[in-house]
Amino acid sequence: MTRSTIELVPTAEDHRIARHAAAAIVLTVAEAAIPLPLPGVKPGLANIVTLIVLARWGWREAVWVALLRVFAGSLLLGQFLAPGFFLSLSGAIASLVVLGLAVHLPRRWFGPVSHSILAAFAHIGAQLVVARLWLVPHDGVFYLTPVFSAAAVVFGLVNGLVAARLLAELRTATAGGAHGA
Amino acid sequence: MTLGAWLHLIRPGDVLVALAGLGVCVQAVLLLWQGGAPDGVVVRAGGKVFAELDLSRRRIVEVPGPLGLTRIEIEPGRARVAADPGPRQYCVRQGWLSRAGAVAICAPNQVSLTLTGRGADYDALNY
Repeated sequence: MTRSTIELVPTAEDHRIARHAAAAIVLTVAEAAIPLPLPGVKPGLANIVTLIVLARWGWREAVWVALLRVFAGSLLLGQFLAPGFFLSLSGAIASLVVLGLAVHLPRRWFGPVSHSILAAFAHIGAQLVVARLWLVPHDGVFYLTPVFSAAAVVFGLVNGLVAARLLAELRTATAGGAHGA
Repeated sequence: MTLGAWLHLIRPGDVLVALAGLGVCVQAVLLLWQGGAPDGVVVRAGGKVFAELDLSRRRIVEVPGPLGLTRIEIEPGRARVAADPGPRQYCVRQGWLSRAGAVAICAPNQVSLTLTGRGADYDALNY
C-alpha cells in the first residue's frame, strides 16, 4: 500500500464536532422509529445536541453539528435529496440563523429553553414556507399552522429543559473535559 | 430529579418566550380555524332571494315552491333543510350545514339554502 501523500490531521475541534454529530445522528435515526400522527410533527431530539454544542462551544460548531446531522441522518434513512430532506435542511438553516441571534440575548434571562423554543418556531416557519412555495403550492398548508406551532412550544420546551439539565450536569462534572452530550 | 429542580432550569425570559409561543398558537387558531364560521343564511326560491337571515337564534322558515313547502330550520351557527316535498330528498339528507359557503339545493322545489360568511373558503360547498 502506497502511503498517502495527503495527510489530514483532525484537530480537537474536529473530534468534538464528529462526536456531537454522531450523537445527533443517533437521535435522528432513533426518532424516525417513533410513529407520529402527522407528518412534520417531530420531537426533534437531535436539536438537544445542537443546543448543548451552542451553549458550550459556540455557534460555529453548532452549525457544523446540525448540518452534518441533517446530511448524514437523511443518508442513513434513505431520505437524501427527497422532499423531507429539503424540509429538514431548510428548518435546520432557519433555526441556526435564529440561534445565532438568540445567543446574544442576555444569559441571565434567556437560557436553553428560550433558544429551543425560538429555534423550533424558526424550524416550522421555514418548513411551512418551503412547503408552500415548492411542495404544496396552495395556502392549504397553513391550515395546520396551529398544530405545528403548538408542537413547537411543547417540544421546544421539553428539548430546552433536557438540554438545560444536561448542561447543568456537564458543568458539575466538568472534569470530563470535552466529553459532552 | 424533582419537579422543582426542572423548574429551576427555566429562566424568567424563558417563561416569556413560552408564553409568546402560546400566543402565536392562539392567534394561528383564531386566524386560520375560524375562517369557515358562517354568519348568515340566504334562502332562495325560484331563483329569487326569499329571505336573508342571521344565525343567532333558532327559527323555522317555510318556503313555498312548485311542489309545496320546504321547511328550513336554523339554529345558532348552523342550518338545514328539515323537510322538502322533492322525490329524492338530497337536500334534506345533507343534514346540518355549518361552514360558510355550504349549500343545500332542493332542485325539484326550486329552493336553496346557502350559508354566508366573510371568511368563506369557497364560493359554494356541496356534498
